[in-house]
Amino acid sequence: MQKVQFRFYLFLVFVITFFAGPFLWQVITSLKPASELATLPPVLPSNPTFENYASVFKERPFLRVVLNSFIVATSTAFLSIGIGSLAAFALAKLEMKGKSVVLLLVLSASMFPSISIVAPLFVLLRALHLRDTLFALIFTYTVFALPFTIWVLTGFFKSIPNEVYLASRVDGCTVFQSFYRIVLPLSAPGLFSTAILVFIFSWNEFLFALVFTATVASRTAPVEIALFPGIHEVPWGEMAAASVVVTIPVVVLVFLFRQRIMEGIIMGAIKG
Amino acid sequence: MSLYRRRPQIFFLLPALFVLALVMFYPLIYVLWLSFHRRFLIFNVSEFIGFGNYVFLFLQDERFWNALYNTLYFTVTSVFLELVFGLAIAVLLSREFRGRGGVLSILLIPWVIPAVVSAKIWEWIYNPDFGILNFILKININWLGDPFWALNAAVLVDVWKATPFVVLLLIAGFQTIPNDLFKAAKVDGASSWHIFWCITLPLLKPTILVVLVFRTLDAFRVFDTIYVLTAGGPANTTETLSIYTYKLLFHILQFGYGSSVAVVIFVFTGIVTVFYMWLLSRG
Repeated sequence: MQKVQFRFYLFLVFVITFFAGPFLWQVITSLKPASELATLPPVLPSNPTFENYASVFKERPFLRVVLNSFIVATSTAFLSIGIGSLAAFALAKLEMKGKSVVLLLVLSASMFPSISIVAPLFVLLRALHLRDTLFALIFTYTVFALPFTIWVLTGFFKSIPNEVYLASRVDGCTVFQSFYRIVLPLSAPGLFSTAILVFIFSWNEFLFALVFTATVASRTAPVEIALFPGIHEVPWGEMAAASVVVTIPVVVLVFLFRQRIMEGIIMGAIKG
Repeated sequence: MSLYRRRPQIFFLLPALFVLALVMFYPLIYVLWLSFHRRFLIFNVSEFIGFGNYVFLFLQDERFWNALYNTLYFTVTSVFLELVFGLAIAVLLSREFRGRGGVLSILLIPWVIPAVVSAKIWEWIYNPDFGILNFILKININWLGDPFWALNAAVLVDVWKATPFVVLLLIAGFQTIPNDLFKAAKVDGASSWHIFWCITLPLLKPTILVVLVFRTLDAFRVFDTIYVLTAGGPANTTETLSIYTYKLLFHILQFGYGSSVAVVIFVFTGIVTVFYMWLLSRG
C-alpha cells in the first residue's frame, strides 16, 4: 500500500509540473532583467524586476489592445447570451415542428472550421467598410459562439421542470414574460457558466482577429502578441510580460469559477 | 402581432437563425462559388474555371499533399497521446485526496489560455540557445528549426494544451459509472488492470467517442499554435492545411484557389463529424 501511495504522488507531481511548469517559467522569464535572459543558469532572476511590464505598457500600445480584447469579449458574451437564450428557450420549452432540424442545423454550425469561411467574410466585411472595427469582431464572434450557447442553454432550460413554465403561463404570463421573468432567473447559474466560456473563447480567438484587423484601433491582444515586433532581436522579456498580462484574466476566472467553467465545458460536450 | 400569438417560437428563433445564415451559411455558399474561379484579390481578375482548381489541387499540387500529410500526422499523433495521457490522469484524479480542486484548477489553465500565448511560452522553452528544455536535457537541439523535430514539437504543445479538456470530460464520464461495479469487481478478486480494461474502458466508450470528435476536429484545423511556433517552416515540414490556406488567401492573395483548399477542409471536417455521429448513434 505504501508503494502504491508513493507512485500515486510521484505521478501527481509529474502531472502538476508538466502542466503548471511552462506557464510558471513564463512568469519567471517576465521578471528577469534583459541581461539575464540570454544566460542559463541562473534559472531564477537574481534581482527580479518589473521593467518588462513597464516597457510593454509604455513603449507599446498594449493597454489599448487589452482594452479592445476586453470590449470584444464582454460584448460577445452579452450578445450571444441574448440571442442564444431566446433560441434555446424556444427549443427547450415551446412546442413546434422541425425542432430536430433546427438542432441539427445548430450542431452542424458548431463544426464549421473558421478557416473555411474566413475568405468570404473578409470580402464581405471589406465591402461593408467594416474592416478594422471592433464591431466586425464582436459580430463574427457572437455568431461563432451561438451554436455552443444555444446548445448549452437548451440543456440548462430543459432542466427547469416544465410544470414551472406551464404554471406561469396559467397564471397569466405571456410567452415572453415567462421567458424573462421565470426561466431566465431560474437558470442564472447556467447563463453565467456559458457567459464565462464565451468570454474566454473571444478573449483567445486569433484567426479572425488576425485577418479582420489592421491597426491598433481594433487589434486584440493575441494578435499583438503574435506580431510582437522586434527590430534586431526578439524581445523575450517583454513578450513574457505581455503573455502573463493576457493570461491573468482567464487564470483568475479559473480559480474563482472552476466549478462553473467545468460544468459549462461538460454540458457543451457531453450533451452533444 | 397575431402571428406572435399563434407561433411565438418563430420570433424566438429568428434572430439566431438570421445571423447564423448571414455569417455561416451564406459565406459557405460564397466560398464554394469562389472555389470555381480563378481570382486574385489585387488585380480584379475573376474568371470561372469550373473544377480547374480542384483538378490542380488533387493532381498537381504537391504542397497540398504535403500539408494534408502534416495535418493528418499532427491530428493522429496528438489526439492519440491526449487520449492515453488523459485516461491516465483521469484515473489518477478520480480518487479523493486533499488539494484535488487545486490540481483541477492548475490543469484547466493550459486549456483556457490563448493558443497564441501557449505557443509563445513553448517557443521560448524550445529556444535553441537560451531555452530551458535544452538546459534541462543538457543537449543542443534546434527543436523548431529541425525538419524532424518541428512537427513533433508542435504536437507536444497541443498535448500540453488539450489534454486537460480530455481529462475533464473523462472525469465526468467516470462519475456516471456506478461505484458498486468497482466494489463488486474487487470483491471478486479482479486486479486494478483488469478492472480498468473490463469495466472502466467499456463503460467509458461513449465519453471517449465524444472526446475523439472534439479533439479530432480541433486538431485537424490547427492554426494558431503552428502559425506562432513555426509559421509552417522549416521547409514546409509543419505546414498544415489551415496554414497553407491562410498563406494562399492572405499572402499570395489567390482567393479562388485558396477557397478550394478551404472547401476541402470543410468537406473533411464534415466527413469526420458524420462518421463519429454514426458511431455514436450505433451506441
